[in-house]
This record gives sequence, structure tokens and C-alpha cells, in this order.
Amino acid sequence: MTQIADDTLVIAGRHYRSRLLTGTGKFKDLEETRLATEAAAAEIVTVAIRRTNIGQDPAQPNLLDVLPPDRYTILPNTAGCYTADDAVRTLQLARELLDGHKLVKLEVLGDPRTLFPDVVQTLAAAERLVADGFEVMVYTSDDPLLARRLEQIGCVAIMPLAAPIGSGLGIQNRYNLLEIVENAKVPVLVDAGVGTASDAAIAMELGCDGVLMNTAIAGARDPLLMAHAMKLAIQAGRAAFRAGRIPRKRYASASSPIDGTIG
Amino acid sequence: MKITLNGEVHDIAEQSTLEHLLAANGFADKRVAVEINRQIIPRSVYREREIKAGDRIEIVHAIGGG
Repeated sequence: MTQIADDTLVIAGRHYRSRLLTGTGKFKDLEETRLATEAAAAEIVTVAIRRTNIGQDPAQPNLLDVLPPDRYTILPNTAGCYTADDAVRTLQLARELLDGHKLVKLEVLGDPRTLFPDVVQTLAAAERLVADGFEVMVYTSDDPLLARRLEQIGCVAIMPLAAPIGSGLGIQNRYNLLEIVENAKVPVLVDAGVGTASDAAIAMELGCDGVLMNTAIAGARDPLLMAHAMKLAIQAGRAAFRAGRIPRKRYASASSPIDGTIG
Repeated sequence: MKITLNGEVHDIAEQSTLEHLLAANGFADKRVAVEINRQIIPRSVYREREIKAGDRIEIVHAIGGG
């Protein structure tokens, strides 16, 4: 049997045991964020970069107190950015905030209703960030040609959407995802659109290297239980992919021997 | 003197340094990043960086996001 443990996700030369990456938004409070992250067994967690509240109580706990950077790989994102300029600026601030940390999630949005990526701005931002020494994990549409272009630019992971951010619609175009996975030499992670555990399992069965999700966990009735379910789904889907599924056939194939039946 | 801090106008004492400004707002030992007039200011120079009237300052931190 193939060794189950001998299967790490490698991003920008670093090895991770978990293929489930989680967002930290939309949770009830920081304690729930911490517990859900633990239940998901996530090692890479996304954070947003925002203005501090001037005049706030300085004793208020901070996200990075409950998810310390020496324990988790913090992945700053550019959520809310609609131009390459804003995205690059945000990640340069993130790099300063995180002591020179280079691994980032780039997303440049094009439209507030769909939150679909603006791929022209995304390509421009990716080029500038790679040239500036960042290790760019890039959120993109499920377009195989665009995925290839982003890989050529030097992105360290391609992260196509399965469906719109926060929609929970699941994998809408598995053949595009398959095409991206089969052609990529860098990890491909589904980012956005997962609704429940089977969606995550399908992504992994298609050969994706991981899944990044936030709303599917944080918005569930029981976020901690859903985090647990997602962890299992990712593990099951990954194992099934490595095991190699049987081909689909139109007709039955008996499981018990035909020889030696009575009568 | 007047400065713009995170998009709002604030009146602060003359001859303030960035270190003073951060301490006055409770960010002395907090993990934040600072931009003045669109230029990122490394933590190592907070002490000597003087704030000038009209400076546009952004102080950011990490919050929950997906």
C-alpha cells in the first residue's frame, strides 16, 4: 500500500501535512476562529490587512495572538482590492507587518456582485509581486490558459475558484479544473465556492493539491464540526485520488464469483 | 498640527515621532505596519521618523479574512 503519511503538500519549497487551508473571516469571535482552525488541522491560514481602529481599546486581543505566526503559516490576502496597485500596496504592507514574510495570496476582484477575479489586473499584479520577490499564490478563474500564464509568470500556486466566493455552489466546472491540474507543475488549490464536505472531496479526487475555504466552515451551523468534516473530506478525497478510482461503466460487474453457485 | 490618520484628520502635537504617535494610540508593542504618504516605514526607523503637518498615515494590522 502507498504510505498514507508520505504525502506532503509542497508550496514554495516548504512541506505541509495538511491540504486544507482555511480563512479566518466571518467567525463569531477569535476563540471560534482558533478552535475551527484547530479542528480543520489547517497549517496555512489567510488573513486580511486592514486599517486599525484608532481609539480602540489597546488591550483587545489580536488575530495573530490566537493564530501565532510561529505556529501557523500566515497567508495575507488582498481581499477587497480591485486594482493591481491596491493589491501590491496591501501585500507590501503585509510583508512589513509579518517581518519580511514572502508567501501571499493575491486576489484582484472585478465586480462586487460575483467577486469574480479581474484577470487582467491579476496578471499585472502577479508580475509585479514576483519581480519584487514575493511567493504568490493566486486566486483566479477556472480558465486553463490563464492558469498556465500565471504559472509562467512565476506564481507558486494556482488557486482557481470552484464557484463564486461564499456561494457554496460547489465544483461547477470539474473538466476545467482537471485540465488545470493536469497541466500545472505548481500546486493547484481550489479557492472559493465549496459548500460542504463532498465538494472538497471532489476537488481532491480531481487531483487538486488542496482546498482553501472560509465561508463553508465559518457559515455552517456548527463551524467546528464542519471544520472537522472538511478535514476528513480532504483526506478521503486525496487518498481516493492516489488510490486510483475504477473506470465508470454502463453495466454491472458482479462482485461475487460466478463459479460454484448452487442449483 | 493636522495629519490624516487612517483616513481621518487628527490634531497632534508638533515634533511628534512615529513612535510617539503609535504609543499615543496604544500600538506601542502591537504588530502593525505603517505607511506615510504611501511609503512603507520599516519598524527600525519608527523612533527617528518625524511626523510632519499634512502627513497621510496608514496604520494597518491583520484581521480575519478568507
